[in-house]
Amino acid sequence: MSVIVYTESEQNKFKKAAFEVASYAKAVADQLGTTVTAVAINADDTSELGNYGVDKVLKVSNSDLENFNAKAYANVLNQAASSEGAQVVVLSSSADSKYLAPLLAVGLNAGYASNVVEAPSSTSPFTIKRSAFTNKAFEVAEIKSDVKIIGVSNNSFGLVENSGNASAEDFSPSIPELGVTVSSVDKATDKVTIADAEIVVSAGRGLKGPENWGMVEELADVLGAATACSKPVSDLGWRPHSEHVGQTGKPVASNLYIAIGISGAIQHLAGINASKVKVVVNTDPEAPFFKAADYGVVGDAFEVVPQLIEKLKTFKAQQ
Amino acid sequence: MKILVCISHVPDTTSKINFTDGDTKFDTNGVQFVINPNDEFGLTRAMWFKEKQGANVTVVNVGGAETEPTLRKALAIGADAAIRVNTPATDGFSVAKQLAKIVEDGGYDLVIAGRESIDYNGGMVPGMLAGLTNANFVNNCIGLEVDGTSATATREIDGGKETVSTSLPLVIGGQKGLVEESDLKIPNMRGIMMARKKPLTITEPVDANAGTDSVSFEKPAPKGAVKLVSPDNLDELVDLLHNEAKVI
Repeated sequence: MSVIVYTESEQNKFKKAAFEVASYAKAVADQLGTTVTAVAINADDTSELGNYGVDKVLKVSNSDLENFNAKAYANVLNQAASSEGAQVVVLSSSADSKYLAPLLAVGLNAGYASNVVEAPSSTSPFTIKRSAFTNKAFEVAEIKSDVKIIGVSNNSFGLVENSGNASAEDFSPSIPELGVTVSSVDKATDKVTIADAEIVVSAGRGLKGPENWGMVEELADVLGAATACSKPVSDLGWRPHSEHVGQTGKPVASNLYIAIGISGAIQHLAGINASKVKVVVNTDPEAPFFKAADYGVVGDAFEVVPQLIEKLKTFKAQQ
Repeated sequence: MKILVCISHVPDTTSKINFTDGDTKFDTNGVQFVINPNDEFGLTRAMWFKEKQGANVTVVNVGGAETEPTLRKALAIGADAAIRVNTPATDGFSVAKQLAKIVEDGGYDLVIAGRESIDYNGGMVPGMLAGLTNANFVNNCIGLEVDGTSATATREIDGGKETVSTSLPLVIGGQKGLVEESDLKIPNMRGIMMARKKPLTITEPVDANAGTDSVSFEKPAPKGAVKLVSPDNLDELVDLLHNEAKVI
Protein backbone atom coordinates (compact mmCIF):
# COMPACT_ATOMS: atom_id res chain seq x y z
CA MET A 1 0.00 0.00 0.00
CA SER A 2 1.38 3.31 -1.10
CA VAL A 3 1.47 5.72 -3.98
CA ILE A 4 4.68 5.60 -6.01
CA VAL A 5 5.86 8.72 -7.81
CA TYR A 6 8.68 8.90 -10.33
CA THR A 7 10.54 12.13 -9.60
CA GLU A 8 12.63 12.95 -12.66
CA SER A 9 15.98 14.57 -12.41
CA GLU A 10 18.43 15.99 -14.86
CA GLN A 11 22.14 16.27 -14.13
CA ASN A 12 21.38 14.96 -10.62
CA LYS A 13 18.86 17.73 -9.83
CA PHE A 14 15.09 17.37 -9.75
CA LYS A 15 13.09 18.93 -12.56
CA LYS A 16 10.21 21.22 -11.63
CA ALA A 17 7.79 18.58 -12.92
CA ALA A 18 9.10 16.24 -10.21
CA PHE A 19 7.65 18.51 -7.51
CA GLU A 20 4.35 18.81 -9.38
CA VAL A 21 3.92 15.03 -9.67
CA ALA A 22 4.95 14.65 -6.01
CA SER A 23 2.22 17.17 -5.07
CA TYR A 24 -0.26 15.18 -7.15
CA ALA A 25 0.82 11.88 -5.60
CA LYS A 26 0.32 13.39 -2.14
CA ALA A 27 -3.27 14.35 -3.05
CA VAL A 28 -3.98 10.80 -4.26
CA ALA A 29 -2.34 9.28 -1.16
CA ASP A 30 -4.52 11.47 1.09
CA GLN A 31 -7.62 10.26 -0.75
CA LEU A 32 -6.52 6.65 -0.29
CA GLY A 33 -5.27 7.13 3.27
CA THR A 34 -1.74 6.03 2.46
CA THR A 35 1.78 7.40 2.00
CA VAL A 36 3.91 8.61 -0.90
CA THR A 37 7.11 6.87 -1.95
CA ALA A 38 9.26 8.60 -4.57
CA VAL A 39 11.69 6.84 -6.86
CA ALA A 40 14.72 9.04 -7.61
CA ILE A 41 17.30 7.84 -10.09
CA ASN A 42 20.78 9.34 -9.75
CA ALA A 43 19.56 12.44 -7.88
CA ASP A 44 21.93 14.01 -5.33
CA ASP A 45 19.80 15.66 -2.70
CA THR A 46 16.35 14.16 -2.19
CA SER A 47 15.37 16.04 0.98
CA GLU A 48 13.46 18.69 -1.00
CA LEU A 49 10.83 16.11 -1.94
CA GLY A 50 9.56 16.21 1.65
CA ASN A 51 8.32 19.76 1.02
CA TYR A 52 5.87 18.37 -1.52
CA GLY A 53 4.45 15.54 0.56
CA VAL A 54 6.84 12.66 -0.13
CA ASP A 55 7.26 10.37 2.91
CA LYS A 56 9.96 8.06 1.65
CA VAL A 57 12.48 8.14 -1.19
CA LEU A 58 13.91 5.08 -2.86
CA LYS A 59 17.30 6.32 -4.04
CA VAL A 60 18.73 4.51 -7.01
CA SER A 61 22.36 5.25 -7.85
CA ASN A 62 23.62 3.34 -10.83
CA SER A 63 25.98 4.46 -13.58
CA ASP A 64 24.21 2.16 -16.06
CA LEU A 65 21.21 4.46 -15.70
CA GLU A 66 23.11 7.63 -16.54
CA ASN A 67 21.41 7.93 -19.92
CA PHE A 68 17.66 7.60 -19.89
CA ASN A 69 16.55 4.17 -21.11
CA ALA A 70 12.81 3.56 -21.15
CA LYS A 71 13.03 -0.19 -20.67
CA ALA A 72 15.49 0.00 -17.79
CA TYR A 73 13.71 2.89 -16.06
CA ALA A 74 10.32 1.15 -16.44
CA ASN A 75 11.88 -1.96 -14.97
CA VAL A 76 13.25 -0.04 -11.97
CA LEU A 77 9.82 1.51 -11.32
CA ASN A 78 8.20 -1.89 -11.69
CA GLN A 79 10.50 -3.34 -9.02
CA ALA A 80 9.87 -0.35 -6.73
CA ALA A 81 6.09 -0.60 -7.19
CA SER A 82 6.18 -4.31 -6.44
CA SER A 83 8.34 -3.99 -3.34
CA GLU A 84 6.12 -1.19 -1.99
CA GLY A 85 2.88 -2.92 -2.95
CA ALA A 86 1.88 0.23 -4.81
CA GLN A 87 -1.71 0.76 -5.92
CA VAL A 88 -1.00 3.89 -7.92
CA VAL A 89 2.06 5.06 -9.85
CA VAL A 90 2.25 8.77 -10.75
CA LEU A 91 4.40 10.11 -13.60
CA SER A 92 4.82 13.42 -15.44
CA SER A 93 4.11 14.19 -19.08
CA SER A 94 7.74 14.65 -20.07
CA ALA A 95 8.94 12.90 -23.22
CA ASP A 96 10.81 10.39 -21.04
CA SER A 97 7.87 9.62 -18.74
CA LYS A 98 5.53 9.18 -21.70
CA TYR A 99 8.11 6.86 -23.23
CA LEU A 100 8.41 4.57 -20.22
CA ALA A 101 4.78 4.60 -18.97
CA PRO A 102 3.32 2.11 -21.53
CA LEU A 103 6.19 -0.32 -20.85
CA LEU A 104 5.54 -0.04 -17.12
CA ALA A 105 1.81 -0.57 -17.74
CA VAL A 106 2.55 -3.87 -19.47
CA GLY A 107 4.94 -4.89 -16.68
CA LEU A 108 2.42 -4.13 -13.92
CA ASN A 109 -0.62 -5.11 -15.99
CA ALA A 110 -1.89 -1.66 -15.08
CA GLY A 111 -4.38 0.64 -16.75
CA TYR A 112 -2.69 3.90 -17.73
CA ALA A 113 -4.28 7.32 -18.14
CA SER A 114 -2.10 10.02 -19.71
CA ASN A 115 -2.55 13.82 -19.77
CA VAL A 116 -4.50 13.81 -16.50
CA VAL A 117 -5.45 17.34 -15.45
CA GLU A 118 -6.97 16.99 -11.96
CA ALA A 119 -6.79 14.86 -8.83
CA PRO A 120 -9.09 11.80 -9.10
CA SER A 121 -12.75 12.75 -8.60
CA SER A 122 -13.29 9.39 -6.92
CA THR A 123 -11.02 6.50 -5.97
CA SER A 124 -13.80 3.88 -6.08
CA PRO A 125 -14.41 3.62 -8.98
CA PHE A 126 -11.04 5.24 -9.74
CA THR A 127 -12.10 8.15 -11.93
CA ILE A 128 -9.85 10.74 -13.55
CA LYS A 129 -10.19 13.62 -15.99
CA ARG A 130 -7.75 13.88 -18.87
CA SER A 131 -7.40 16.13 -21.88
CA ALA A 132 -8.23 14.55 -25.23
CA PHE A 133 -8.85 15.57 -28.83
CA THR A 134 -5.70 17.68 -28.56
CA ASN A 135 -7.19 19.90 -25.85
CA LYS A 136 -10.46 20.40 -27.69
CA ALA A 137 -12.21 18.30 -25.00
CA PHE A 138 -11.77 16.46 -21.71
CA GLU A 139 -12.43 12.79 -21.19
CA VAL A 140 -13.60 11.39 -17.86
CA ALA A 141 -12.32 7.83 -17.59
CA GLU A 142 -12.27 5.04 -15.08
CA ILE A 143 -9.06 3.09 -14.50
CA LYS A 144 -10.20 -0.46 -13.88
CA SER A 145 -7.05 -2.43 -13.09
CA ASP A 146 -5.69 -3.22 -9.60
CA VAL A 147 -2.60 -1.08 -10.14
CA LYS A 148 -3.17 2.29 -11.80
CA ILE A 149 -0.75 4.55 -13.66
CA ILE A 150 -1.42 8.26 -13.94
CA GLY A 151 0.50 10.62 -16.23
CA VAL A 152 -0.08 14.17 -14.98
CA SER A 153 -0.31 16.90 -17.61
CA ASN A 154 2.43 19.50 -17.04
CA ASN A 155 1.42 22.69 -15.18
CA SER A 156 -2.10 21.37 -14.60
CA PHE A 157 -1.97 20.52 -10.90
CA GLY A 158 0.70 22.95 -9.78
CA LEU A 159 3.00 22.74 -6.78
CA VAL A 160 1.45 22.14 -3.38
CA GLU A 161 3.79 22.61 -0.46
CA ASN A 162 3.62 20.28 2.50
CA SER A 163 5.92 20.46 5.46
CA GLY A 164 7.29 17.01 5.89
CA ASN A 165 10.40 14.93 5.94
CA ALA A 166 11.28 12.50 3.23
CA SER A 167 13.36 9.64 4.57
CA ALA A 168 15.82 8.25 2.04
CA GLU A 169 16.55 4.60 1.51
CA ASP A 170 18.97 3.05 -0.96
CA PHE A 171 17.28 0.88 -3.54
CA SER A 172 19.31 -1.42 -5.77
CA PRO A 173 17.14 -2.89 -8.50
CA SER A 174 18.40 -5.30 -11.12
CA ILE A 175 18.92 -3.74 -14.56
CA PRO A 176 17.69 -5.60 -17.65
CA GLU A 177 19.53 -5.78 -20.96
CA LEU A 178 18.96 -2.36 -22.49
CA GLY A 179 18.18 -3.19 -26.12
CA VAL A 180 18.42 0.47 -27.11
CA THR A 181 21.67 2.36 -26.47
CA VAL A 182 22.30 6.08 -26.83
CA SER A 183 25.13 6.92 -29.20
CA SER A 184 24.86 10.72 -29.17
CA VAL A 185 22.81 13.50 -27.61
CA ASP A 186 22.27 16.87 -29.22
CA LYS A 187 20.73 19.21 -26.69
CA ALA A 188 21.05 22.89 -25.92
CA THR A 189 21.64 22.93 -22.18
CA ASP A 190 21.36 26.71 -21.76
CA LYS A 191 17.86 26.99 -23.23
CA VAL A 192 14.51 26.58 -21.51
CA THR A 193 12.63 23.68 -23.12
CA ILE A 194 9.03 23.99 -24.27
CA ALA A 195 8.06 21.12 -21.97
CA ASP A 196 9.49 22.76 -18.85
CA ALA A 197 8.78 26.40 -19.66
CA GLU A 198 6.33 28.50 -17.68
CA ILE A 199 6.29 31.04 -20.49
CA VAL A 200 6.49 30.28 -24.22
CA VAL A 201 7.06 32.91 -26.91
CA SER A 202 5.96 31.67 -30.29
CA ALA A 203 6.02 33.24 -33.74
CA GLY A 204 4.54 32.51 -37.14
CA ARG A 205 4.72 33.41 -40.78
CA GLY A 206 3.87 37.02 -39.90
CA LEU A 207 7.55 37.45 -39.14
CA LYS A 208 8.31 37.14 -42.86
CA GLY A 209 11.62 35.30 -42.58
CA PRO A 210 14.03 33.45 -40.28
CA GLU A 211 16.31 36.50 -40.13
CA ASN A 212 13.69 38.29 -38.04
CA TRP A 213 13.73 35.85 -35.12
CA GLY A 214 16.24 37.90 -33.12
CA MET A 215 13.48 39.90 -31.44
CA VAL A 216 11.53 36.73 -30.60
CA GLU A 217 14.57 35.27 -28.91
CA GLU A 218 15.22 38.52 -27.09
CA LEU A 219 11.63 38.66 -25.83
CA ALA A 220 11.97 35.06 -24.65
CA ASP A 221 15.25 35.91 -22.93
CA VAL A 222 13.72 38.81 -21.02
CA LEU A 223 10.88 36.58 -19.82
CA GLY A 224 12.97 33.46 -19.20
CA ALA A 225 10.76 31.78 -21.79
CA ALA A 226 11.14 29.03 -24.35
CA THR A 227 10.80 29.84 -28.06
CA ALA A 228 8.35 28.02 -30.31
CA CYS A 229 6.88 28.40 -33.78
CA SER A 230 3.86 27.57 -35.93
CA LYS A 231 3.72 24.65 -38.36
CA PRO A 232 4.25 26.66 -41.59
CA VAL A 233 7.40 28.16 -40.09
CA SER A 234 8.88 24.74 -39.32
CA ASP A 235 7.73 23.35 -42.70
CA LEU A 236 9.48 26.26 -44.43
CA GLY A 237 12.63 25.40 -42.48
CA TRP A 238 12.82 28.83 -40.83
CA ARG A 239 12.96 27.15 -37.42
CA PRO A 240 13.78 23.57 -36.31
CA HIS A 241 10.97 20.99 -36.03
CA SER A 242 11.62 20.77 -32.31
CA GLU A 243 10.07 24.25 -31.96
CA HIS A 244 6.87 23.36 -33.83
CA VAL A 245 3.90 23.50 -31.48
CA GLY A 246 0.36 22.48 -32.34
CA GLN A 247 -1.63 19.38 -33.07
CA THR A 248 1.11 17.52 -34.94
CA GLY A 249 3.92 19.26 -33.09
CA LYS A 250 4.61 19.63 -29.40
CA PRO A 251 1.79 20.35 -27.00
CA VAL A 252 2.16 23.47 -24.86
CA ALA A 253 0.76 23.80 -21.36
CA SER A 254 2.55 26.90 -20.12
CA ASN A 255 1.26 29.59 -17.78
CA LEU A 256 1.69 32.25 -20.47
CA TYR A 257 1.76 31.75 -24.24
CA ILE A 258 2.62 34.73 -26.44
CA ALA A 259 1.80 34.31 -30.14
CA ILE A 260 3.39 36.74 -32.57
CA GLY A 261 2.24 36.83 -36.19
CA ILE A 262 0.34 33.55 -35.84
CA SER A 263 -3.16 33.63 -37.31
CA GLY A 264 -4.44 30.78 -35.11
CA ALA A 265 -5.39 27.83 -37.31
CA ILE A 266 -7.56 25.34 -35.44
CA GLN A 267 -4.68 22.82 -35.36
CA HIS A 268 -2.37 25.39 -33.78
CA LEU A 269 -4.91 26.49 -31.20
CA ALA A 270 -5.62 22.89 -30.23
CA GLY A 271 -1.96 22.31 -29.42
CA ILE A 272 -1.54 25.39 -27.23
CA ASN A 273 -4.99 25.57 -25.67
CA ALA A 274 -3.88 24.05 -22.38
CA SER A 275 -1.84 27.20 -21.70
CA LYS A 276 -3.45 29.28 -19.00
CA VAL A 277 -3.05 32.79 -20.40
CA LYS A 278 -2.70 33.56 -24.09
CA VAL A 279 -1.54 36.80 -25.68
CA VAL A 280 -1.69 37.46 -29.41
CA VAL A 281 0.04 40.13 -31.48
CA ASN A 282 -1.24 40.30 -35.05
CA THR A 283 -1.89 42.97 -37.70
CA ASP A 284 -5.17 41.34 -38.71
CA PRO A 285 -7.96 41.96 -36.17
CA GLU A 286 -9.95 39.15 -37.86
CA ALA A 287 -7.24 36.54 -37.15
CA PRO A 288 -8.90 33.57 -35.40
CA PHE A 289 -6.31 33.73 -32.61
CA PHE A 290 -8.09 36.77 -31.15
CA LYS A 291 -11.07 34.51 -30.33
CA ALA A 292 -8.84 32.15 -28.35
CA ALA A 293 -6.66 34.75 -26.62
CA ASP A 294 -7.04 36.50 -23.28
CA TYR A 295 -5.14 39.60 -24.33
CA GLY A 296 -4.57 40.91 -27.82
CA VAL A 297 -2.64 43.65 -29.56
CA VAL A 298 -3.71 44.56 -33.08
CA GLY A 299 -0.48 45.85 -34.51
CA ASP A 300 2.66 45.22 -36.46
CA ALA A 301 4.96 42.76 -34.70
CA PHE A 302 8.00 44.68 -35.94
CA GLU A 303 6.83 47.71 -33.96
CA VAL A 304 5.10 46.03 -31.03
CA VAL A 305 7.70 43.41 -30.07
CA PRO A 306 10.75 45.72 -29.71
CA GLN A 307 8.63 48.11 -27.61
CA LEU A 308 7.31 45.28 -25.50
CA ILE A 309 10.88 44.09 -24.88
CA GLU A 310 11.81 47.57 -23.60
CA LYS A 311 8.72 47.79 -21.38
CA LEU A 312 9.41 44.35 -19.93
CA LYS A 313 13.06 45.18 -19.28
CA THR A 314 11.95 48.26 -17.34
CA PHE A 315 9.37 46.16 -15.47
CA LYS A 316 11.91 43.46 -14.62
CA ALA A 317 14.40 46.07 -13.41
CA GLN A 318 11.79 47.41 -10.97
CA GLN A 319 10.95 44.01 -9.56
CA MET B 1 12.02 -6.97 -44.09
CA LYS B 2 8.38 -7.26 -43.06
CA ILE B 3 6.91 -4.00 -41.82
CA LEU B 4 3.61 -3.52 -40.04
CA VAL B 5 2.24 0.03 -39.94
CA CYS B 6 -0.49 0.64 -37.36
CA ILE B 7 -3.13 3.02 -38.65
CA SER B 8 -5.54 4.96 -36.46
CA HIS B 9 -8.72 6.22 -38.06
CA VAL B 10 -9.18 9.73 -36.62
CA PRO B 11 -11.18 12.90 -37.22
CA ASP B 12 -9.52 15.34 -39.61
CA THR B 13 -7.43 17.95 -37.78
CA THR B 14 -9.91 20.71 -38.66
CA SER B 15 -12.91 18.83 -37.19
CA LYS B 16 -15.21 20.45 -34.70
CA ILE B 17 -15.41 18.15 -31.70
CA ASN B 18 -18.89 17.38 -30.33
CA PHE B 19 -20.43 14.60 -28.27
CA THR B 20 -23.77 12.79 -28.27
CA ASP B 21 -25.72 10.35 -26.07
CA GLY B 22 -25.44 12.49 -22.97
CA ASP B 23 -21.82 13.40 -23.75
CA THR B 24 -20.70 9.79 -23.68
CA LYS B 25 -19.90 9.32 -27.40
CA PHE B 26 -17.93 11.25 -29.99
CA ASP B 27 -20.31 12.74 -32.55
CA THR B 28 -19.16 11.49 -35.97
CA ASN B 29 -21.88 13.43 -37.77
CA GLY B 30 -20.31 15.49 -40.56
CA VAL B 31 -16.79 14.52 -39.51
CA GLN B 32 -14.25 13.52 -42.12
CA PHE B 33 -11.93 10.72 -41.01
CA VAL B 34 -8.29 10.47 -42.04
CA ILE B 35 -5.16 8.45 -41.36
CA ASN B 36 -3.77 9.69 -38.02
CA PRO B 37 -1.06 12.22 -39.03
CA ASN B 38 1.61 10.60 -36.83
CA ASP B 39 0.84 7.25 -38.52
CA GLU B 40 0.97 8.80 -41.98
CA PHE B 41 4.55 9.98 -41.42
CA GLY B 42 5.37 6.38 -40.45
CA LEU B 43 3.55 4.93 -43.45
CA THR B 44 5.48 7.24 -45.76
CA ARG B 45 8.78 6.16 -44.20
CA ALA B 46 7.67 2.53 -44.69
CA MET B 47 7.12 3.29 -48.40
CA TRP B 48 10.73 4.49 -48.52
CA PHE B 49 11.88 1.14 -47.07
CA LYS B 50 9.73 -0.61 -49.67
CA GLU B 51 11.25 1.33 -52.58
CA LYS B 52 14.87 1.33 -51.42
CA GLN B 53 15.16 -1.93 -49.49
CA GLY B 54 12.39 -4.10 -50.90
CA ALA B 55 10.41 -4.19 -47.68
CA ASN B 56 6.93 -5.68 -47.60
CA VAL B 57 4.43 -3.35 -45.95
CA THR B 58 1.18 -4.35 -44.25
CA VAL B 59 -1.15 -1.84 -42.59
CA VAL B 60 -3.43 -2.72 -39.70
CA ASN B 61 -6.29 -1.08 -37.89
CA VAL B 62 -8.35 -2.19 -34.91
CA GLY B 63 -11.90 -1.03 -35.51
CA GLY B 64 -15.25 -1.50 -37.17
CA ALA B 65 -16.05 -1.63 -40.90
CA GLU B 66 -16.29 2.18 -40.98
CA THR B 67 -12.47 2.37 -40.83
CA GLU B 68 -11.97 0.48 -44.11
CA PRO B 69 -11.84 3.59 -46.36
CA THR B 70 -8.88 4.75 -44.24
CA LEU B 71 -7.14 1.38 -44.77
CA ARG B 72 -7.91 1.56 -48.53
CA LYS B 73 -6.26 4.97 -48.60
CA ALA B 74 -3.14 3.45 -47.01
CA LEU B 75 -3.21 0.76 -49.71
CA ALA B 76 -3.57 3.45 -52.39
CA ILE B 77 -0.51 5.22 -50.95
CA GLY B 78 1.37 1.96 -51.56
CA ALA B 79 1.00 -0.58 -48.74
CA ASP B 80 0.88 -4.18 -50.00
CA ALA B 81 -1.85 -5.56 -47.77
CA ALA B 82 -4.23 -4.50 -45.02
CA ILE B 83 -5.66 -6.17 -41.93
CA ARG B 84 -8.64 -5.01 -39.92
CA VAL B 85 -9.18 -6.51 -36.48
CA ASN B 86 -12.93 -6.51 -36.18
CA THR B 87 -13.56 -4.92 -32.78
CA PRO B 88 -14.07 -1.37 -31.58
CA ALA B 89 -10.89 0.35 -30.35
CA THR B 90 -11.86 0.79 -26.71
CA ASP B 91 -8.62 1.72 -24.96
CA GLY B 92 -4.89 1.67 -25.69
CA PHE B 93 -4.22 -1.50 -23.73
CA SER B 94 -6.86 -3.61 -25.49
CA VAL B 95 -5.80 -2.28 -28.91
CA ALA B 96 -2.15 -3.13 -28.14
CA LYS B 97 -3.20 -6.67 -27.16
CA GLN B 98 -5.02 -7.13 -30.51
CA LEU B 99 -2.01 -5.79 -32.39
CA ALA B 100 0.39 -8.03 -30.44
CA LYS B 101 -1.49 -11.06 -31.79
CA ILE B 102 -1.16 -9.72 -35.37
CA VAL B 103 2.58 -9.10 -34.85
CA GLU B 104 3.15 -12.59 -33.44
CA ASP B 105 1.18 -14.32 -36.19
CA GLY B 106 2.75 -12.27 -38.99
CA GLY B 107 6.36 -12.31 -37.77
CA TYR B 108 6.97 -8.62 -38.48
CA ASP B 109 10.52 -7.27 -38.08
CA LEU B 110 9.56 -3.64 -37.76
CA VAL B 111 6.33 -2.14 -36.42
CA ILE B 112 5.70 1.54 -37.04
CA ALA B 113 2.95 3.30 -35.10
CA GLY B 114 2.32 6.98 -34.49
CA ARG B 115 3.52 8.31 -31.12
CA GLU B 116 -0.14 9.10 -30.34
CA SER B 117 -3.48 9.41 -32.10
CA ILE B 118 -4.80 12.93 -32.43
CA ASP B 119 -8.21 11.96 -31.02
CA TYR B 120 -7.65 10.26 -27.65
CA ASN B 121 -3.96 11.30 -27.37
CA GLY B 122 -3.26 8.26 -25.20
CA GLY B 123 0.28 7.70 -26.47
CA MET B 124 0.13 4.10 -25.27
CA VAL B 125 -0.16 1.70 -28.16
CA PRO B 126 3.42 1.64 -29.52
CA GLY B 127 5.03 1.20 -26.09
CA MET B 128 2.51 -1.37 -24.89
CA LEU B 129 2.88 -3.30 -28.15
CA ALA B 130 6.67 -3.33 -27.69
CA GLY B 131 6.24 -4.51 -24.11
CA LEU B 132 3.77 -7.24 -25.06
CA THR B 133 5.88 -8.57 -27.96
CA ASN B 134 9.23 -8.12 -26.20
CA ALA B 135 10.55 -5.94 -29.00
CA ASN B 136 12.90 -2.98 -28.73
CA PHE B 137 11.12 0.37 -28.62
CA VAL B 138 11.98 3.90 -29.69
CA ASN B 139 9.39 6.60 -29.05
CA ASN B 140 9.08 10.10 -30.56
CA CYS B 141 11.11 8.77 -33.47
CA ILE B 142 12.15 11.41 -36.04
CA GLY B 143 14.63 9.38 -38.06
CA LEU B 144 15.10 5.70 -38.80
CA GLU B 145 17.61 3.65 -40.81
CA VAL B 146 17.71 -0.14 -40.92
CA ASP B 147 20.71 -2.19 -42.03
CA GLY B 148 20.18 -5.96 -41.81
CA THR B 149 18.95 -6.54 -38.28
CA SER B 150 20.47 -3.38 -36.78
CA ALA B 151 18.72 -0.06 -36.68
CA THR B 152 19.74 3.52 -35.97
CA ALA B 153 17.02 5.86 -34.81
CA THR B 154 16.79 9.51 -33.83
CA ARG B 155 14.49 10.39 -30.98
CA GLU B 156 13.17 13.80 -30.06
CA ILE B 157 13.82 14.57 -26.39
CA ASP B 158 12.79 17.61 -24.37
CA GLY B 159 15.08 20.34 -25.65
CA GLY B 160 16.86 18.40 -28.39
CA LYS B 161 17.35 15.00 -29.91
CA GLU B 162 19.39 11.87 -29.41
CA THR B 163 20.61 9.10 -31.68
CA VAL B 164 20.23 5.51 -30.52
CA SER B 165 21.30 2.17 -31.89
CA THR B 166 19.13 -0.86 -31.53
CA SER B 167 18.09 -4.00 -33.36
CA LEU B 168 15.08 -5.72 -34.88
CA PRO B 169 12.45 -6.68 -33.91
CA LEU B 170 11.67 -3.07 -33.23
CA VAL B 171 8.60 -0.97 -32.54
CA ILE B 172 8.74 2.76 -33.12
CA GLY B 173 6.39 5.56 -32.07
CA GLY B 174 6.76 7.87 -35.06
CA GLN B 175 6.01 11.52 -35.71
CA LYS B 176 6.82 14.35 -38.11
CA GLY B 177 10.51 14.27 -38.94
CA LEU B 178 10.45 10.58 -39.84
CA VAL B 179 9.66 12.10 -43.21
CA GLU B 180 8.89 15.71 -44.03
CA GLU B 181 5.42 17.09 -44.63
CA SER B 182 6.37 17.55 -48.30
CA ASP B 183 7.19 13.82 -48.63
CA LEU B 184 3.62 12.77 -47.82
CA LYS B 185 1.99 11.05 -50.78
CA ILE B 186 -1.44 11.86 -52.16
CA PRO B 187 -2.81 8.67 -53.75
CA ASN B 188 -3.01 8.90 -57.55
CA MET B 189 -5.65 7.23 -59.75
CA ARG B 190 -3.44 4.24 -60.45
CA GLY B 191 -2.81 3.74 -56.74
CA ILE B 192 -6.53 3.98 -56.00
CA MET B 193 -7.36 1.42 -58.72
CA MET B 194 -4.64 -0.95 -57.51
CA ALA B 195 -5.78 -0.59 -53.90
CA ARG B 196 -9.12 -2.14 -54.82
CA LYS B 197 -7.37 -5.36 -55.78
CA LYS B 198 -5.06 -5.56 -52.77
CA PRO B 199 -6.04 -7.90 -49.93
CA LEU B 200 -7.89 -6.43 -46.94
CA THR B 201 -8.19 -9.26 -44.44
CA ILE B 202 -10.67 -9.08 -41.61
CA THR B 203 -9.67 -11.01 -38.50
CA GLU B 204 -11.69 -11.59 -35.37
CA PRO B 205 -10.38 -10.20 -32.05
CA VAL B 206 -8.72 -12.13 -29.24
CA ASP B 207 -9.89 -11.72 -25.64
CA ALA B 208 -8.35 -8.54 -24.31
CA ASN B 209 -9.28 -6.66 -21.16
CA ALA B 210 -9.24 -2.89 -21.31
CA GLY B 211 -7.27 -1.03 -18.63
CA THR B 212 -9.51 2.04 -18.75
CA ASP B 213 -13.12 2.80 -19.60
CA SER B 214 -14.35 6.05 -21.05
CA VAL B 215 -17.15 7.46 -18.89
CA SER B 216 -18.02 10.82 -20.45
CA PHE B 217 -16.68 13.85 -22.27
CA GLU B 218 -16.68 17.56 -21.52
CA LYS B 219 -15.88 20.56 -23.63
CA PRO B 220 -13.74 23.34 -22.18
CA ALA B 221 -15.72 26.25 -20.72
CA PRO B 222 -16.36 28.93 -23.34
CA LYS B 223 -13.79 31.68 -23.30
CA GLY B 224 -14.48 35.25 -22.39
CA ALA B 225 -13.80 37.95 -24.97
CA VAL B 226 -10.24 39.00 -25.66
CA LYS B 227 -9.05 42.19 -23.94
CA LEU B 228 -7.51 44.40 -26.57
CA VAL B 229 -4.57 46.61 -25.70
CA SER B 230 -3.51 49.48 -27.96
CA PRO B 231 -0.06 49.03 -29.53
CA ASP B 232 0.70 52.54 -28.24
CA ASN B 233 0.01 51.55 -24.66
CA LEU B 234 2.03 48.41 -24.01
CA ASP B 235 2.57 49.42 -20.39
CA GLU B 236 -1.04 48.39 -19.92
CA LEU B 237 -0.27 44.91 -21.28
CA VAL B 238 2.66 44.49 -18.89
CA ASP B 239 0.43 45.69 -16.06
CA LEU B 240 -2.39 43.27 -16.97
CA LEU B 241 0.00 40.32 -17.21
CA HIS B 242 1.49 41.20 -13.85
CA ASN B 243 -1.49 42.30 -11.78
CA GLU B 244 -4.50 40.65 -13.41
CA ALA B 245 -3.22 37.44 -14.99
CA LYS B 246 -0.31 37.15 -12.50
CA VAL B 247 1.90 35.32 -14.97
CA ILE B 248 4.93 37.63 -14.99
